[in-house]
Formats: sequence, structure tokens, C-alpha cells
Amino acid sequence: MKTAISIDRTKGPPAGRAAATGRAGINWLSPLALAVAVVLIAPIGWVALSIFADDQGTLGHLAETVLPRYVGNTLVLIVGVGVGVLIIGTSTAWLVAMCEFPGRRFFEWALILPLAFPAYIIAYAYTDLLSHPGLVQSTLRDLTGWGPRDYWFPNIRSLGGAMAMFIFVLYPYVYLLARTAFLEQSTCYAEVSRTLGRTSFQSFRQVSLPLARPALAGGVFLALMETLADFGTVAHFGVETFTTGIYRAWLSMDDLVAAGQLSAMLLAVVLIVLVVERAERRRARFHQSQRMSDLSPYRLSGSRAWLAALACLAPVLFGFIIPVAILLNLSYVDGHDLFTRRYAVLTLNSLTLGVLAALVAVALAVLLAYAARIDPGPLSRIAGRLANLGYAVPGSVIAVGIMMPMGAFDNAVDAFMQATFGISTGLLITGSVAALVFAYVVRFMAVALTTVEAGLTTIPESMDAAARSLGATQFGTLRRVHMPLLSGGLLTAALLVFVDVMKELPATLILRPFNFDTLAVQAYRLASDERLAQASTPSLVLVAAGLIPVIILSRRIMTTRAGRRTANAGSG
Amino acid sequence: MKKTESKSQTSALAWARTGLMAGIAGILIATGNPALAAGELNLYSSRHYDTDERLYDEFTKKTGIKINRIEDKASALMKRIKAEGANSPADVLLTVDIGRLWAAEKEGMLRPTKSSALDKAIPAHLRDPQGHWYGFSTRARVIFYDKAKVDNPPKTYQELADPRFKGMVCTRSSSNIYMLSLMAGLIEHVGEDDAKAWAKAVYDNRARDPQGGDTDQLRGIASGQCAIAVSNTYYFARALRKDVRDLSGKTDKIGIVFPNQDSFGTHVNISGGGVVKNAPNAENAVKFLEYLASASAQNYFAAGNDEYPVVAGVAKSASVKKLGSFKADTQNLDKLGENQAKAQRIYNEVGYK
Repeated sequence: MKTAISIDRTKGPPAGRAAATGRAGINWLSPLALAVAVVLIAPIGWVALSIFADDQGTLGHLAETVLPRYVGNTLVLIVGVGVGVLIIGTSTAWLVAMCEFPGRRFFEWALILPLAFPAYIIAYAYTDLLSHPGLVQSTLRDLTGWGPRDYWFPNIRSLGGAMAMFIFVLYPYVYLLARTAFLEQSTCYAEVSRTLGRTSFQSFRQVSLPLARPALAGGVFLALMETLADFGTVAHFGVETFTTGIYRAWLSMDDLVAAGQLSAMLLAVVLIVLVVERAERRRARFHQSQRMSDLSPYRLSGSRAWLAALACLAPVLFGFIIPVAILLNLSYVDGHDLFTRRYAVLTLNSLTLGVLAALVAVALAVLLAYAARIDPGPLSRIAGRLANLGYAVPGSVIAVGIMMPMGAFDNAVDAFMQATFGISTGLLITGSVAALVFAYVVRFMAVALTTVEAGLTTIPESMDAAARSLGATQFGTLRRVHMPLLSGGLLTAALLVFVDVMKELPATLILRPFNFDTLAVQAYRLASDERLAQASTPSLVLVAAGLIPVIILSRRIMTTRAGRRTANAGSG
Repeated sequence: MKKTESKSQTSALAWARTGLMAGIAGILIATGNPALAAGELNLYSSRHYDTDERLYDEFTKKTGIKINRIEDKASALMKRIKAEGANSPADVLLTVDIGRLWAAEKEGMLRPTKSSALDKAIPAHLRDPQGHWYGFSTRARVIFYDKAKVDNPPKTYQELADPRFKGMVCTRSSSNIYMLSLMAGLIEHVGEDDAKAWAKAVYDNRARDPQGGDTDQLRGIASGQCAIAVSNTYYFARALRKDVRDLSGKTDKIGIVFPNQDSFGTHVNISGGGVVKNAPNAENAVKFLEYLASASAQNYFAAGNDEYPVVAGVAKSASVKKLGSFKADTQNLDKLGENQAKAQRIYNEVGYK
């Protein structure tokens, strides 16, 4: 299937390639993509470049004292989170995609719900429940009569606790991508494997899983990047990671150079992860969206059905139902009045930022992904990789990388305008919504790009060839062939960016315009004043607002079963 | 040929200029650049207390000056002011720690203010002699203990390091600004070597790994996990005044010690602020600082957030009165700022989380 029609452009004859790009006259696409990527990477590069400035010996001090601990914690954290999200995401995706058991239709969409939770808010919630004075431990003491220090109880504010929080809210990335991959795998593979006598589990392990590997790698990659960039959760739990180190060097020790050096190291790690992920994806370019019929699912019964339902219930329970219940309780006990003008404004601000950033990010993702597809080569490849880097960089590092050059630019423009026209322009971009949206795009480009790329790879290049041979231009192909096929992927990308932007905190805090609070900012403000009960109100609104795109995603998911889609296409 | 080229260049330049102007006008309208608006005040604040909103509202009501606010950690706000440079809209920087104000002054970010009202209202040791910054409220960092478990509580910060308190002491993590300032003060009084030995011994006495906020330290005593905890005064006073989850109702079992009453006094920090160097609304900024030193604003600090007012004659809140009075450390507040990076180094070196 793959060998027959798809053209492997990376190894294609040079003449063919020149014809493909030259005739339509768009060989500027790759340079343009690279230019976009360079702009996106600039803030990070600015911080990383500070490694060449004079340092104050902070890095040496950190390396001798705390850095080994930071590195160790960070490694344990990402390995734990990686394994956790992979197991939960893959197994639940396979169960809902390939099996039939009670509640499957419910779990198919419910499994995405935790995506609406920022990790730091789920951390607030679980701290309230599981810490020493919390409900669980005090009930335990009351029931058993144990003294306050007579027993061992896992400490929620710990490395393990942080790991659990990240797994609970990040597994949906793997779930989403894995489920799509399982559904889009050609029915033939599964049918052949069954005909050849493989059991359901053997089919899963020997056929579905290897085929889905690029999607799984993509999902794990997103989850790990988000883990690396997190500050709110690990700070709340007092877990010291690389990001904590960057903050400490920068904010407590006021050494931007050391912070830049640490950021550069973090980036090196990310690059390695990225290369591994890309290698995974390159190994498997199966263009296999044709699906003649709906695959009949494995019907689970008895204890196996119950086990499947339980396996799907657990992540929803821990990642969504329990934290929502805790927040509702807190809000009932001592929350803010929700139906005020203030919360309406907060919500509106959050939504505005999310929509703007999602639109820009998806538009640029299409540009980058498309450049890589029709004009492959080192330029577009490098562009794609660079653009992904921001995802693993803590928002505050990006913010500084944006603030400094942007402030310099604004001031230079102002000086020029004063000298030339005698008018002062003040600060143009600094402190505007535009700066904030730029920061979000830098930070979350990877989310949009990964999703769009994943969507593009499922469109066989044979289609491009067909369209081109029928006389369509490259842009015509993009508009009339790819866009309709991609629309689902674009929507997914936009929604994921939207949700991420709603949850983003550090860059929002420092780059926002005056009097521009968002739900995340309000939750953080109250939490940092140690008013967690009141913080439950904005947290709940944040989760509720994040649920809207998640529900849209869920609905989409219900309709993206290959067999059904064909039916829709036929009627429409 | 050349002529037409230069002509077209000129017209292109003209077009570009018009476009640029239109673009700038558009952006100015879109961003509503606050630096240019009169009758406003741009406040960069790291105060994160919910009650502050009423404080600001009252200022607007009294003066008709609208307050535009950005809130974040002080060090982040300082980075922003620095990046914004000569055109920064920032008028006033408010922090909850002297260390940051000191650093802001050192970096030339603040301008001296001359105001007889401020000089009269605020005691000399709580403001900068040149008027770069003023303290508007103080808070003490004190020792709390479980009355049932500790008969003979530590009387000084140094005693927290006593091995008899092994497994009993709860603190925040060492990157917290309040912990850094406490250490910075200690370095000044006992020297770096002793301060380092102290940090190691206190860490060895920990009841649990350093974690959570100040309220969490107090909750630790309430639930029995900690016997001794270090916290700012207002978090405890808040629990006396109103309902704080898992703490109010259990405050009777918690005792308070104002440390070092027989020596240098209890560590005190300020929440304060100053006028930013390039403040576009400097006059309003001074008005705002003067307002913060007025009796009614001081009442908000006292009654709203249980801080100690700095102006003589303003009453403490009832909950703060219950804590008792104490002798405060009156060492030069500058030292807290000066020693802050050193403090973090010492914590790092002894492995204080």
C-alpha cells in the first residue's frame, strides 16, 4: 500500500523534486517557514545566548550544590510521567477504539475531560484532600485512633505526588492521538491478524501497537514537554526540578546568565527527546486512511468487560471527577460569588486570548507543516524542529526572552520617531495583547504543529500526485484536497492550543496589559495568598471554560469512526 | 533611469511613512497606551492580598485618579520595568519584601521622593533616607508551637537549631522570599558561618520536608504533624479573625513566641514601595504613596490583612492585638536586601530544600 503509490520525497530523484516545487513557483515556502520558526525561537534564543555573557559563578555554585538533585528529580519525573501516560493513554484508547463493553460510548469522550484541568489546580485540589490536615488523613485518624505521627501515609507534596498529577491531566494527549491512530489503521491489518488466529491481545501487541507508534510517541512527547515546562505544580509541592532551578537562579539569585545557562541545558534535553520522537515518526510513514468497512469490535463480556470499564473509569475518576468534587466542596464552603461582572470579565479575557492564540498558532502550523510536505529539505525540516522547542520552555523564560528585545525595539522606535517627527510613540507592543499572543504561539506551537503534521501524514501523497497530475497547483491542492481532509485536524489543533492558553500562567502574569486579569491569574492570586477555598471559584470556571473545547473535541471524536464518516460523506 | 528609481524610492518612502503612522495610530488606539492617559496611576504590585482592591478603590474615590494594575512577583515586575526602559508606564512599584525594594533601588529603578507628609508619618528606620522607598506596613516572622507538645518553646531563632527539637520543626522551602529575608537578617547578626551551621541544624530538625505556604505550616501544628513552625504573623491573625480551612477553631492549641526579645529582636519585614524612575505620572505616584501612609489606608493594612500599621496612632486589628506586643529587630533594612543572594547560597550549600 505504501510502496505502491506514495513517493518518498526525501529520497526522490532531484529532477522530480525540482519539477514539483519549481513549476508552481513556491520554493520560497521553505525559507518563509524557516523565517517564521526563527521568529518563534528568537525569545528562547535570546535567553539561551546569555550564556556567553559574564556570569557571577552562580552556575558553578548550583552545580556543586543543588543541580544534581534537580537533574535527578527531573529525570525521575519525566520517566515516570512518560511511562504513566503511555500505559493509561494507550490502553484506554485501544479499549474504546477496538472493543465493546458497557459504558464504552461514555468513556470514549469522558476520557478527554482531564485535559481541561491545569496541573497546578488539580494539585491544589489533591493537596486539600490528601495532606495531613485534609479529609482523608483526618478521617483515617478518627477511625483508627492513631496519633498524628503514628502512621505512614504517602506525602502528596512529593515527587511521586507531582508525577501522579501530571499523569492524571496529561494522559489525554496520548489517548487522543492513540485513539485516532487505532481507528485510522486499516481494517485489513486487523482482519488479517484475526484471520491468522491472533487473539485480541496479540493483535494489539503485534499489529496495532507497532503501527500506532508514531502517534504514541507524539502524545508522550507533548506530555513530557508540558511536564518539563511546568512550574506551578512542582512549586506548590516543593519538588525541585530543572525549572525550579531556573527560577531560583533568576529570581532569588538574580542571575539571568545562570538562568540562561540552565535553560540552554533544558533545551539540549528537549532536542534529544525531539530527535528520538522524529526518528520514531520517520520510521513509520504508513499512509493508510482507506478503510473499506467498520471493523467489528471485540465484544468483551463478564469480568473482562467489567475490568475494561474499570480501567477506563479510573483515569476519569482521578483526573476529573474527584478534583471537581473537591473544588465544588471548597467553593461551597468558602467560595466567591460566581455570578458577578468580575468573573464575566475574567472569563471573557481568558476566552479572547485563547481564541486569538489558537487562530495564529494553527495558521502558522499549517504553513510549517505544509512547507515540510511539499518542499522537503533541510530548511523546512529545521523550521519544524525549531518551532517545537518553545513547548518545553517555562513560560516565564519565554516571557523574559520576549520582554527584553521587545522593550528595546519599542524604545528604539520611540527614539526614532521623536528624532524624526517629534512625536513619542511610547511602548507599542510591550504590554499589549499582541505580545501575549506572541508568547503563547511561541510556547504552544508544538501542540498545533504536532497535530497538523499528524493529520497531514494520514493524507497519502498519492493524492497530491493525483491532484497535481489533474492540473491543480500546489495551493489548489492545499485548498481543495488537503484542507477539507485536514479540517478535523485543524480544529483539534486549535482546540488544544485554546485549552493550553487558558491554563497558561507565568507568561500571562508578566506580559499582560494593565488591569487584564484572566481566570488563571485570579486562581493563582488567591492561591498565593493561601486562600485555596476562594481560589476554587476561578478554578472551576477555568475548568468549565476549558470543557467547552474539550466537549467539542469529544463530539468530534464520536463522529470520527471511519465507517460512520464514509456514511456522512455519502449523504452530504 | 536612475532618476525614476530615486523618485519611486521617495514615493515608496512616503507611502511607507504614511503606512507607519497609520499603523502606529491604530496600535495606540488598540492598546490604549495607558502611559499617555492623564489622571491615572500605573501600579506594579507584588502585593497579592485580596483585600487590597478596596484599598485602591478608596484612593480612586478620594482623588479621582484611576489605578491601572499589574500584579506579579516583584522580581518579575522589575524585569518588566527594566525591559520597558525609558518608556515604562510604571509609576509605583509595591513589594512585600524589603529585599526587592533594595535591589530596585540598587539598579537605579526608583527615584527619590520628597514629601513631608511621608517623612512625618513613617518612622525613619522604615524608609530610605533619600526617599527611594517607604515601608507602609510591617509583618513579623515568628515561631509558633504546639502547646501540648512543647513545654519549653525556642525563645530565639538560633534555638530552632537545638537538637532537642529534632523531628519537630516545619518551615517553607528555602527559595521563599520570607525564608530568604529571615536568613539575610541572621547573616547580619551572627555571621555567615554560624548562619550556615544554623540552616543545616534547622533542616536536620525538620518534621517534614519544607513545603507549602505559611498557613500550611500553621495547619501542620493544628493537625499534629509539626510541633514547631515558622510563619508570618498575619496568617495566624487571619485564622483568629475569620474562617481559615483546617486551622480556625484549632488556634487555641497553638502558642506564639516573638523570638530574640533579649537580644536583637524579632525579624520584621516591610511591605513598601517607591516611585519608579521614569514614572509618567510622578505627581499621582507621590499622592498614592501619601495615601498609603494615611490613616484610612493604614486601617486597610491593619484590619483587612492583619499587618502592623507603620503610622503612629493607627489601631492594630483585634486579632493582631491578641498576639501581643514585641521588640522588633531595628537593624538597617538594607542588609536584608544586600544579603539575599548570599542567603540562597547558604541554603543551597546545606541542602535545604
